[in-house]
Amino acid sequence: MGSRLSTMLKDAALTAFVAAALGIFIVGFRTVDVGSRTGLSFDYQFADLAVAVVTIFVGRLGLSAAAAGLRWPVVALGVAMIAVGASPLKLPSGFLHWFVALGGVLLVIRGIWPWARGTAAAAAGTPAGLVLGRAGAKWFGWLLLAAAVLLPFTPAADQRTMDLAVLILTYVMLGWGLNIVVGLAGLLDLGYVAFYAVGAYAYALLSTQHGLGFWTVLPLAGMMAALFGIVLGFPVLRLRGDYLAIVTLGFGEIIRLVLLNWVDFTNGPAGIGSIPGPTLFGAVFAETPPPGKQSVSEMLGITFDGNHRLIFLYYIILLLALITNLFTQRMRRLPVGRAWEALREDETACRALGINPTNTKLTAFAIGAMFAGFAGSFFAAKQRFISPESFAFIESAIILAIVVLGGMGSQIGVVLAAVLLIGLPEWFRELGNYRMLAFGLAMVLIMVFRPRGLIADRQPSVRLHPAGSGGGP
Amino acid sequence: MSEPLIEIEHLTMRFGGLLAVDDVSFAARSREITAIIGPNGAGKTTVFNCITGFYKPTIGRLTLSDGEREYLLERMLGHEIGQRAKVARTFQNIRLFSGMTVLENLLVAQHNKLMRASGWSIFGLLGLSRFTRAEEAAIALARAWLERIDLLADADRPAGELPYGAQRRLEIARAMCTEPRLLCLDEPAAGLNPRESAELNQLLESIRDVDGTGVLLIEHDMSVVMNISNHIVVLDYGRKIAEGAPAEIQSNPAVIRAYLGTDEEGLDG
Repeated sequence: MGSRLSTMLKDAALTAFVAAALGIFIVGFRTVDVGSRTGLSFDYQFADLAVAVVTIFVGRLGLSAAAAGLRWPVVALGVAMIAVGASPLKLPSGFLHWFVALGGVLLVIRGIWPWARGTAAAAAGTPAGLVLGRAGAKWFGWLLLAAAVLLPFTPAADQRTMDLAVLILTYVMLGWGLNIVVGLAGLLDLGYVAFYAVGAYAYALLSTQHGLGFWTVLPLAGMMAALFGIVLGFPVLRLRGDYLAIVTLGFGEIIRLVLLNWVDFTNGPAGIGSIPGPTLFGAVFAETPPPGKQSVSEMLGITFDGNHRLIFLYYIILLLALITNLFTQRMRRLPVGRAWEALREDETACRALGINPTNTKLTAFAIGAMFAGFAGSFFAAKQRFISPESFAFIESAIILAIVVLGGMGSQIGVVLAAVLLIGLPEWFRELGNYRMLAFGLAMVLIMVFRPRGLIADRQPSVRLHPAGSGGGP
Repeated sequence: MSEPLIEIEHLTMRFGGLLAVDDVSFAARSREITAIIGPNGAGKTTVFNCITGFYKPTIGRLTLSDGEREYLLERMLGHEIGQRAKVARTFQNIRLFSGMTVLENLLVAQHNKLMRASGWSIFGLLGLSRFTRAEEAAIALARAWLERIDLLADADRPAGELPYGAQRRLEIARAMCTEPRLLCLDEPAAGLNPRESAELNQLLESIRDVDGTGVLLIEHDMSVVMNISNHIVVLDYGRKIAEGAPAEIQSNPAVIRAYLGTDEEGLDG
């Protein structure tokens, strides 16, 4: 025991020394701009460094202890770190509070991980565990929905939260749309944002130039995006895997470049501004409605509040996202949905069974594009200004990351991943420069612990034996 | 003797300089099991791939007739052969939809029928009874097949989790769920133990006698081929070297030479 402890201590001390040696230049010194005359000068942050090194020492000690199977000491150490991180104790910077607390959380997880996994596996093996798991997954979805519907009425619903909620829901909807293409049909589409752009520009142009309203354009934008999906999909869908990914990536960029360069039509890089927002039974959300229009506050006889518009937008995107979800769930249980999944599993076998692969892929591509079109016109109506910059490749990458991290084909997984991927960077805003570091860490952790996505198990689209009644081991 | 179900005339398949199938002609009938045998690399699977549309034959005509219409298979697209001419096949290396359940595999096989019933998804989305009835019928057909291949209890398990022999049976059942006129089986007994291949014999005989489907069979396991085939075609180096009933093939000197690489005298002496 004694020799083991001393080995651990030595190991932790070595790690701390390496961290200190590396950190002395990265964290220890900081250049400060002290004005034009004197130029740059040094600032010393040795206190920061000391806290970080001590944290690393304790963390490494905890990790070795966990590897040696000492569960409770590790948990105690982790809890202590969380307590220090969360305490009002004045550490040199806000980031260090996070750093220490996060380290503690990781340590606690590491400590109970083997035990938790063993227990969970044992519980999932029993029939009761299976039933509970399935029921839990079902109720979890309903709980999330209830929380989403009630969110605007909770005290937490300030402008910042609602803005973030609208943003997250937009990505949830995009994720659900792309899930049809990538998760179900297995077509790796790296240019999904192109259809989002088509929807956004369809609404922006039709509303600013032809005076059409949001609710009129919404189906048109969806159809337009679906049409683009078919036109783009037709030549490329005979490609598979990586090749398809590259070509869709190219198409996504082509659409963006067209929007950027066709100045007469799209106003180029300057974008399109003053796009009207969505109306509620013809009434607009504004303190002073434009001539000939009624404002919602007048119509309902309530006092004007800038938040009403945001809440209205929130419910629109919630509704649109739910429609996307219901539609997808329904399609999955139809022959075409099963053909999508079969195509993902084995295209050759599908062909041998008389399934037309091109048509089946095209429907997936077009339907996915349609939902991106809906989301795009919502985005234009919400932002009231769009430019090609909003539709860069990084958007496609984020949406794809949501689908992949959520677990391909899982609807709830997309929600969780969207909350994580869109929400985390916003919540971590107070971390300043370390925001993306925390974000990257979260991604790495997901990929380490859930390599097939947050929710990886697939629910059958149809059952012969009712759930939980046994049916095979 | 009934009219042939499929007639293969002068089938030739050339890959660059390699002549994989060289002027092969034979016919297969409904309610009969026609086996194609031959040493490795004889071109058996290439014949299958031509029949099922995975390859376009260099020369040759493949006529499938259902008594009323004739389908020229060499002119049809891959999926049309399954959809319209109703030729189903299995693969040498099993190609199930392994992430989907056993039942779902059998429903995907009934795709075209269900697609029509679901009004290309529109009736299905609306939940019209026309579609729900069709789906119930499809599940009933799948259930009947699961009973025949003894996998009813495993219906809701992912197909990839099944043991090897069960996957082989499921692949045959999946092909049969397309309600084919001609079933092409590429080495269905490969990797099966003697008990499983005896069960396979029974299954194939029931497909021939009960369902009345024509079966085209590539197989190396002679206990399967000689027991259940009505007609055997022997290929070697892409050429047809013999054709006939099992007893004739067993005593055919050309066949023995092809398999053992020497003539009878050389073997005896």
